[in-house]
Amino acid sequence: MQNIIKDGAVLAADAWQLVRPDAEGQLSVPDAGDVIVPLSAWLAEPERWASRDGRVAVWLASGDEPAELAASLGKLELVAVDFHAFTDGRGYSIGRLLRERYGFAGELRAIGDVWEDHLHYLWQVGFNAFEIKDGKAVEGALAALGSFTDRYQATYREPQPLFRRHRS
Amino acid sequence: MYRYDEIDARIVRERVEQFRDQTRRFLAGELSEDEFRPLRLMNGLYIQRLAPMLRVAVPYGHLSSRQLRKLAEIARKYDKGYGHFTTRQNLQYNWPALEDVPEILSELAEVEMHAIQTSGNCVRNTTTDAFAGVAADEIIDPRPYCEIIRQWSTLHPEFAFLPRKFKIAVSGSEQDRAATWVHDIGLHVVKTDAGEVGFKVIVGGGLGRTPMIGEVIRDFLPTAHLLTYLDAVLRVYNRYGRRDNKYKARIKILVKAMTREAFAAKVEEEWIHLKDGPATLRAADVEHYASFFTDPAYETLEANPAEFTAKLAEDKAFARWVERNTRGHKQAGYRSVVLSLKKTGVPPGDATDAQMDAVADWADQFGFGEIRVSHEQNLVLPDVRERDLFDLWQLAKAAGFATPNVGLLTDIICCPGGDFCSLANAKSIPVAEAIQQRFDDFDYLHDIGDIELNMSGCMNACGHHHIGHIGILGVDKSGEEWYQVTLGGSQGSGASIGKVIGPSFARAQMPDVIEKILSVYVDTRTEEERFLDTVRRIGIIPFKERVYAKHN
Repeated sequence: MQNIIKDGAVLAADAWQLVRPDAEGQLSVPDAGDVIVPLSAWLAEPERWASRDGRVAVWLASGDEPAELAASLGKLELVAVDFHAFTDGRGYSIGRLLRERYGFAGELRAIGDVWEDHLHYLWQVGFNAFEIKDGKAVEGALAALGSFTDRYQATYREPQPLFRRHRS
Repeated sequence: MYRYDEIDARIVRERVEQFRDQTRRFLAGELSEDEFRPLRLMNGLYIQRLAPMLRVAVPYGHLSSRQLRKLAEIARKYDKGYGHFTTRQNLQYNWPALEDVPEILSELAEVEMHAIQTSGNCVRNTTTDAFAGVAADEIIDPRPYCEIIRQWSTLHPEFAFLPRKFKIAVSGSEQDRAATWVHDIGLHVVKTDAGEVGFKVIVGGGLGRTPMIGEVIRDFLPTAHLLTYLDAVLRVYNRYGRRDNKYKARIKILVKAMTREAFAAKVEEEWIHLKDGPATLRAADVEHYASFFTDPAYETLEANPAEFTAKLAEDKAFARWVERNTRGHKQAGYRSVVLSLKKTGVPPGDATDAQMDAVADWADQFGFGEIRVSHEQNLVLPDVRERDLFDLWQLAKAAGFATPNVGLLTDIICCPGGDFCSLANAKSIPVAEAIQQRFDDFDYLHDIGDIELNMSGCMNACGHHHIGHIGILGVDKSGEEWYQVTLGGSQGSGASIGKVIGPSFARAQMPDVIEKILSVYVDTRTEEERFLDTVRRIGIIPFKERVYAKHN
């Protein structure tokens, strides 16, 4: 079953393969196809990725520093941010920084412990794609994007806070 | 006071529906216990020892009479006919059924109330001075800024999953009555000689397991930059606060680890990118919020009218109540009244539905329909004409609200403790009651004078024991309940953390321990000294010696 929501619709197909280190910390990257590799691997072997067949994207762990990816963002179609637990909110700040400070305009995908109850927040801070965790309903997640029809804060989606839009 | 517009109402309704669906999915087994827990906590719902506990937000402690009647109605309909006012100026229900909570929230929404972010690792209810807007020593009314912060913090998409809970307090007066030095962020209104208004920003104070007085990271933040600066502080905390150990996850630990200077520099570095952005407050924005907090239609009255002073002269009990339980007002002929929720035999901070209804009636009859919740867990009627005080006193007395002990030993700040709370190591309510029973002589209490006794049933310090002049902490020693005593803590401008006097005591010893501590004070005080001053002058050793002396 396809479990990726992008720009408010369930993707029919997704070519990206997520590469996570194994239990020993080793990465095995498939020879062909489109891959999402960890930030550390991306930074360590630039020649390898430049000469590889297939597209390469990068994923950040919640403790990673998005500034380290700033210089590469123009080359990347997709950046993913991993939520190893949905209660670890560092990825929300990373999302805003990638969008607002470093100007990333490509696909920003939330991966890991991601399901419907966080999607409206993730969307607000700049994520436009969500890989819904196994076992969680994709339909419910789609609907949850519209849980709130307005918000108080200045966000990536709505840079004007509510008080500037309506109240003075 | 602030009134919702269509958008505020819609956001709260949408949150109710979201929570209704979350509860439904949990009950249907679609959400696990671990998944539901953070979601319900963010809506103030705990699963407690005996039943769920629902904490309702009372933003900066402000209530209208209509809201208070609704709280009473919910207590009757869904609970056991009472509620508990907390040190965060909120209200807790101890006995709601999980299935009823969405309906309770829906009823609260009818009166512009909610339970959003009253728990969980997110920005909690912003607190302030219970006398905001009426205090004689106020520099600037903090309430418009409290409301601005309430809206900014409500469902903030970036900061819903912080390392730990986050508490903000705002003080607008010379004297700090909001405990701003022991909050994650404390904001003090400052006015420059040129008349410019801003905030002194204090970060990293807190109680709990590692009590700390906060550090000033900015002496003057112009009010226009309030929200962008808060965003910067929260972002630094969200990204770098510890998440590996929940006891080291508060911002105070980060500030301490980085040092004040390095933390402040990191915030400034972040703020450069946010400063002057769209969240900057313009004069018109602040005016919009300030327009909700204008003065009510005060009458032009003379101070101390003859009928009032005559009653003071002829009725000693009334005079005592006025002295202890009322406060000066910026408007001549008015006073603020503190209705004590510290009657002996009643858990501190508890109020019945009938009492809540009565207070709502008095707020309409004697004031302008407003009530405040103080962080000392009392209720305040902010605007009462002096000439009406005698009538109000008689009504309050009949309803059990006029114990003339505000600021005295028996005005104990106390958490619900082991009677209700599943986190507690020890019970707190029976200890408070035993102390109140021992010291029931008002002449003695008045002789002892201003003193703050705070008690918590565990390290989480909901009863603020660290900043009590006398602090009591419930501890668990191999399955038994014991009580540790600290002396010399204080809130306010000279905030300090109390020092532990020695090994802990059994519950039955506690009234004796307090009595011995007080006897040292009575024996050594100078004429002018309050209890806290004596502790500060002589240190804890003399107290320790008397308390632990063998067979004296």
